[in-house]
This record gives sequence, C-alpha cells and structure tokens, in this order.
Amino acid sequence: MIRYLAKRLGYYAVLLTAAVFLAYALSCAALGPRAYFEAKQPRPSAAAVDRQLTALNINDRTPVVERFATWAGGLLRHADLGRTIHNTPVNEEFGRRIWVSLRLLLVGSLLGMLLGVAGGAWSAVRQYRLSDRALTVFSFVLLSTPVFLVALLLKNGAIAAKDAAGHEVIPFTGYETPNLAGGLGTHLADWGLHLLLPTLSLALGGLATYSRYQRSTMLDVLGSDYLRTAEAKGLTRGRALVKHGLRTAVIPMSTMFAYSFLGIFTGAAFTETIFGWHGMGEWFIQAVNEQDINAVVAVNLFAAVAVLAAGFLADVLHAALDPRVRY
Amino acid sequence: MATSALPETATAAGPADRPAPVGRLRLVAGRLAASRGALVGAVVLLLLFLLAFLGPHLTPWDYATPNYGEIRRPPSAEHWFGTNGIGQDVFAQTVRGLQKSLVIGLLVAVLSTGLASLVGACAGYFGGWTDRLLMFLVDLMLIFPAFLVVAIVSPRLRGTGWLAFVLLLALFNWMITARVVRSMTRSLREREFVAAARFMGVRPLRIIWRHILPNVSSFLIIDATIAVGGAVMSEAALSYFGFGVRAPDVSLGTLLAAGTADAPVFPWLFYFAAALLVLFVLAVNLLGDGLRDALDPTSEPGRRRARPRRTNRPRPTNRAPRTHRSTP
Repeated sequence: MIRYLAKRLGYYAVLLTAAVFLAYALSCAALGPRAYFEAKQPRPSAAAVDRQLTALNINDRTPVVERFATWAGGLLRHADLGRTIHNTPVNEEFGRRIWVSLRLLLVGSLLGMLLGVAGGAWSAVRQYRLSDRALTVFSFVLLSTPVFLVALLLKNGAIAAKDAAGHEVIPFTGYETPNLAGGLGTHLADWGLHLLLPTLSLALGGLATYSRYQRSTMLDVLGSDYLRTAEAKGLTRGRALVKHGLRTAVIPMSTMFAYSFLGIFTGAAFTETIFGWHGMGEWFIQAVNEQDINAVVAVNLFAAVAVLAAGFLADVLHAALDPRVRY
Repeated sequence: MATSALPETATAAGPADRPAPVGRLRLVAGRLAASRGALVGAVVLLLLFLLAFLGPHLTPWDYATPNYGEIRRPPSAEHWFGTNGIGQDVFAQTVRGLQKSLVIGLLVAVLSTGLASLVGACAGYFGGWTDRLLMFLVDLMLIFPAFLVVAIVSPRLRGTGWLAFVLLLALFNWMITARVVRSMTRSLREREFVAAARFMGVRPLRIIWRHILPNVSSFLIIDATIAVGGAVMSEAALSYFGFGVRAPDVSLGTLLAAGTADAPVFPWLFYFAAALLVLFVLAVNLLGDGLRDALDPTSEPGRRRARPRRTNRPRPTNRAPRTHRSTP
C-alpha cells in the first residue's frame, strides 16, 4: 500500500511541475502588465516601465523560460512567490487568503460528500418510498442549478429574511463581523454563522452528485449474497448494511471525490465572490483584471496543489477501503 | 462490412424463441417513449427551442433598444417580462439570451464529445506510448479547473466574438469523457471483429472510425446530451463573472449578472432568466437519463426494477456504477 501511494505521489510531483510551468507560460502570454503600467497617469517613460517590469520579474522582453527560472528559484529557495503588480509580496496576500478559502473548501466538500453518501445509501435502502423519491427529485433539480445560482438564491433568501425581520437574521457578506467584542465562544459562533450560507451552497451541489452515485452503487450491493450471508450469520440488518454493504458501495465514490473536487474548487471561487469572502477565488478574478501575473500564478499553484491533494486523498481512501489495491 | 453491427442489435435478433427482430431505432424510440421523465424532458426542450428561436418574432420589442420612458416596469400585457434599468424589454432579452446559451451549449457539447472520442479511441487502440502521452495530457489538463484557464485567456479574446469562447470551453471539457472512451476501446480492441479487420489489413484509423466508434456511440450520445447541460451552466457562470459572452451580445449568464443587484426589489430582472436556465438543464438531464436507460440494455431502468419490499431476492452483483460501465 505504501509503495502504491509513493508511486502515485511521484507521478503527482511530475504533473505538478509541468502544470505550474504551463500555467506560468499561459499567464505570461495572455496577460499584459506592460499595458497596465503604460496606462498610468502621469504617463511613465518607456525606460521607467521597463525598469519596473524587470524589478517585478514580469518583463515581457525577458524570455518566459528565464522568468520562470527566476520565479521557481525564489519559490524553491525562499518559498517566495514573487511580488504583486502593486509591489507588495504575494506571500503576504497568499497567507491571508489561503485560510479563508481552505475553511470554505474543506468544510464544503467534506460536508457535501458525507451528506451525499448518507443520503444516497438511505435512499437506496428505502427505494421507491416517499423519502427516496423526494431526494431523487431534489437532487435532480440541484444538479441542474449552477453553483453560482444556488449561492445567489441563498443570498437573496437571506436578504428577504433581513427585510422581513428588520435585522440581519443570517449574515451574507464576509466571513466575520468586524470589531466583534466578546470571547472565543462568541467569535466561533460568529464564524460558524458566516460560514453557513457559503458552505451550504457548495455542499448542496456535492450532496446532489454523490447521492445519485451512492444510491446506484448501494442498490447493486443491497441484493448481494454476501450481505444475505452476513444477516444469516446473525448480524442485524443495520450492522450488515453498514459493515458489509456501505463499505463496498463507498469505494467507487473515492474516484468521484477526486473528479468532483475540480467542480467544488470552481464553485468556491464563485461563492467567495458572491458572499464577499476575501479568498483565493476573489483574488484570482481581481488579479486577472489587473494583469497581475504573479498573483494569478500563485492562485493556479494553490488550485493545482489542492486538486492533487484531493486526488491523493482519494487514492489513500481507495487503498484503505479496497484490499485489492494493497499489493 | 457488417462487423460494425452493435452488440445490442445482435441480442435483439437472437434465439428463435424471441419475437421477430425489431429495428434498433424503433427499439430505442419505444423504450424512450415509455419513460415518462425522458418524454417530459424532450417536450420541454422542444418548447424551449421554439421559445428561443420564435420568441424574438413574437414581441414587437428589440432586445438592445433602450427606452428611457419605461424604466423598471413590472411585467404587463405590453412588456411580458417587464423592462430593465434602461427600459429594454426583458422578454426580448431573455429569449435572445436563451438562444445564445442554447447555441453555445450545443456547439460545445458536439465539439468536446468529438474531441473526447478521438483522443480516447486513439489512446485505447494504439496503447503504449501514445496512450501514456495522451493520458498524461488528460491528467495535466484535469489539474486546473477550466474556469481558471478560460478566465486567464479571455482578456485576449476581447473582440473576437463568442465563437472563440465556444472553442475554449470545448477545449477544456473533454478529458473525463476521453478516459471512459479509452477504457471502452481497450476492451473492444480484443474482440474478434476488430482482430479480423486488423488481420485483413484495414488501417488503424479506419478501424477506429468503422468498428470502434460505432460501438461506443451509445455512450457518446448520452454523454453529449448531458454535456449540453453542463456547457450551458459553464457558459452562464463564466459570463456571469464577465469572462464569457460580452455586450452587446446577451446570454443567460450576462442577464443574471445584470439582474443580480436588482433581484430583491425588481425580481423580474433576475428570476425569469434563472428559471429558464434551471428548466433547460433539468430537461436535458431528464432526457439524458432516459436515453441512458433506452440505449444501454446493461443498465437497469431505475423506475421499473421489480424489487418487492422487505424481501431480499438475490440480484446480480458486480455491476459497475451506471456512468462508468462499458458497453459490450
């Protein structure tokens, strides 16, 4: 199992290197920081613009490979991601925003997966009952609604609730109440309440996707002989279902997790922007509009690492659940 | 060559105790018509297409002309969906946006499924280094959310129109399908009719075109259908954040973006476009689900499966989840 995971990890390292270089080259080719500086008032001289671009390592007259070598060297030696177009360190912004995004991504994706697996398995056990039909219809409608629309609908709901009640019932902007007085408990409750709507808009999508798959894999397992054997040997139906049924039916989900994390990452970028979270997604949209190459590459690096981490987690899960992998 | 006959047709015309052979098209059409969800989906889709392409002719208003005397009027007999902040007719805008979204969705689905079948079939058929290289490419492209790449490139596309946007969306939408096609091709390659064609000296690309692709066509049709819904959702999301369709063009995404701020007070600016978007994708998904049941005899039709309550009849096991199955 360790050898299998080590092999996967090595492959991911190669992928990551290639992907980061491509992202760097693509950003350099598509974004034009020179135009950004030249448009400044008063208009700087060509030499001044050149000097500034070179200082930031984003001068388009230097070959891309050379710029990438400088950038990668800084990253590997000093864990330095370069400087933004406003000449502030990318690391500072990165460090502040990463926790905002990770909070949302982790809670949202894990909650969506747990709810989906539980809902799908429950639905399969109660096939054709009212609860099964209700969940099927619900997940079908959710699957047809883009994440940003779910987020917007939740936000509109919160605004309507605020107008009806006369005060803010559920917060819908930002991740904390500014200048909140009180102890740790108050702060944690405040965080949780702010996390509610953005997480929900991510988790609902996960719930819909996973529950559909989980329902169909669970249905295949339900009638199997080994499940009947387990019951015949004296296990209660509930224990047999969880220990013998669910475990087998969850295995294909681990692959799903790796794929769907891409969607969740994109969804998080939208959700952050809509709920006014100052996270990586919002930074990315802002950076593209400001032609800020180093910031764009930093967000891409974060995305690649997050997606590969999800892939690795899926591998670990797969290896832990499926004994056939442990060779 | 008759070898490209689909395995399903062979079973339909099988042993003597079966009724007379039924044409594959009629078989599929019959199964499709029997599924209520697929029927509803198809009818809704048809109505939406009619609305998108006939709608602009039903209303006297133009989608782009502002009218400063009629600002933010609620829906009425004159303006069916009301008017927006500069007096444009929301019905005319919505049907126009729907039209653009539908065209983009269809084009992206056809292009990306075509690319996926090409790459997947080549990787699976040739194997070896071709396979390794193509799968590395797939893994590489799967690392980045398509949204990031499209957003980075999109400033460069300003002024090139929406067709470039379609190409870009298709270019980042084929990878997962290609993987499935690859694994299906690998098992098809070992079948007798492919081996026979190979021994007769048929060229590889011709084998892929004549013998491999027809045998994965069921999957491709289902996948392309679902992809239309996905593409419309991506288009809406990207356009919402200003990275997709741009003014003066309108799509469902740009309409939603324009209506968001006003949604709590002037709901007609937001909810008509939102409802049409959800309705369209829902109809596509229903049709896709019905197609899957009709085209793929190995998948069990979810609704009509006879499973008496509380008794545990032995059922076939080892079935792959329905989307990751292989056809033969």
